[in-house]
Amino acid sequence: MTVIRTPGGLSVRFRPRALAVGVGAAVLAAGLGLVAMGSGDYPMGPTDVLRTLTGGGSAAEQFIVTELRLPRLVTALLVGAALALGGTVFQSLVRNPLGSPDILGFTQGASTGALVVVVLGGGSLALAGAAVVGGLATGLLIYALAWRRGVHGYRLVLVGIGVAAILTGVNGYLLTRAPLMDAARAVLWLTGSLDGRGWANAGPLLAVTAVLAPLLLVACAPALRMMELGDDTANALGVPVRRLRLVLLAAAVLLVSFAAAAAGPVSFVALVAPHVAKRLTRAPGPNLLPSMAVGSALLVGADLLAQRAFTGHQLPVGVVTGVLGGGYLVWLLAVERRAGRL
Amino acid sequence: MTSRLGGTALTLAYDRRTISEDLTVAVPDRSFTVIIGPNACGKSTLLRALSRMLRPSAGAVLLDGRDIHDLPARKVARTLGLLPQSSIAPDGIGVAELVARGRYPHQGLLRQWSREDERIVDESMAATGVADLADRPVDELSGGQRQRVWIAMALAQQTPLLLLDEPTTYLDIAHQIEILDLCARLHEEQGRTLVAVLHDLNHAARYATHLIAMRDGRVVAAGDPREVVTADLVADVFGLPCRVIDDPETGTPLVVPAARRRATEPA
Repeated sequence: MTVIRTPGGLSVRFRPRALAVGVGAAVLAAGLGLVAMGSGDYPMGPTDVLRTLTGGGSAAEQFIVTELRLPRLVTALLVGAALALGGTVFQSLVRNPLGSPDILGFTQGASTGALVVVVLGGGSLALAGAAVVGGLATGLLIYALAWRRGVHGYRLVLVGIGVAAILTGVNGYLLTRAPLMDAARAVLWLTGSLDGRGWANAGPLLAVTAVLAPLLLVACAPALRMMELGDDTANALGVPVRRLRLVLLAAAVLLVSFAAAAAGPVSFVALVAPHVAKRLTRAPGPNLLPSMAVGSALLVGADLLAQRAFTGHQLPVGVVTGVLGGGYLVWLLAVERRAGRL
Repeated sequence: MTSRLGGTALTLAYDRRTISEDLTVAVPDRSFTVIIGPNACGKSTLLRALSRMLRPSAGAVLLDGRDIHDLPARKVARTLGLLPQSSIAPDGIGVAELVARGRYPHQGLLRQWSREDERIVDESMAATGVADLADRPVDELSGGQRQRVWIAMALAQQTPLLLLDEPTTYLDIAHQIEILDLCARLHEEQGRTLVAVLHDLNHAARYATHLIAMRDGRVVAAGDPREVVTADLVADVFGLPCRVIDDPETGTPLVVPAARRRATEPA
């Protein structure tokens, strides 16, 4: 821990290692983004991309970079950050490293919302809106079902898993009801994809993240750290546990729902990013900022792989995060088991 | 007797299960108050109410004359500390770092770690004898050491009132005495008001300056342990036939349970 103190009695404390991880991951995300923006049917060098971003380059380059590739990159950065932040808050709140929105049912809820629109035949804007509504409604439902003199970790996890199972069934049913063409589009959406994402997709998520990230990072993080000590201890330290838990849950559900609206329910980022950040920072506590940066880097890297790994054939990004994230999790469990920690 | 903390006409209930009705207690200032009673007599519930964790369905817990639920959480946390029965040490956290979390109610956005915070954390670790362990991970400590670390954290909160919910549970006899000696020292040397729930009647009689005996959610007796702990009271509260003799070490009451054989012998 490093402390900076001013003569006026102000003091700020931070972990150099955690800060380095956060900055490093952010730089990595930006670097990967630069490569991603330069690659494609119209290849450009990093300097050309930077020149175009700062207003130079031909009109064609301007169009390709700022209208086609930049919105996709910004969406990837934001979706990664939002999923990681939401996932970290969930895991910390339920005190369970598996407590991610993919497992607790929020992602499935967003999918249900989106699929209803597919069946009813709505446009992509309606689909995004419905995903947000579905995620939030699921959040409310799980909260209501798990509520008994406050909401506790285990109850939330168990209720969430149950709701997730039900919604998975509902989603399967909705898919069978959709016309074939729409069903194909829906499956692509369900995998999580950044293809053809424009500013209209990035905008709402940007707004939500811009409000919620500072709220969580600045106002809630210290109290969230105290919540890790158990409800009673947090209470004794002056944390308004119930109110804080409600605010945190709402914020995390909003982040995850808007991320799903922008790119579909991209799997495993919310689960894995907090773990990667924790291993890198080696710090107890929720590690919100490093997790966000790691999430962004993960998603941008995965999208780059998805676009370029197989020439002439693009994958949806969710395929890559699923394979990478799942693989990482299995590897982690194997390592922990061998080290006797599991 | 002056009292900063107490409850008047409390009804304490979980959902529809009522634990206590019309319960009135006062914690004398600068006392080491110990609450005793059989299992499920409502002693931990009373402590939860006194520490703001359980809202009474009737009556009020007063801290410095004001309803504790009307005061801001942080303000309460600067006056009243609590060591709960179970706390969770986050994975891989170090001793000094855990103790430092006790400073939370005194910190702010731009006042994250003052020199005073640092000094108080050092003092708290010294007072509980865990200064040598400062850099060790909490997971590696023994049960007794860990309990001292949690007490250090509660001390770092710098509250004039400190509540402890069964601080000696799960510890062996030597560590139980170590923790109770530590509590007695904090009470005597630092002038703090301590309230503890204890299971062991003899520990309670030896260490308490004020004893509250409860049964079925009611206070049966309260006062100096020498006056409160009698054979009649123990029979009444715990349903245990016993003799009460003077503790040869301290002169405080010592409860000796009646032997099973004696009860069946013809008189």
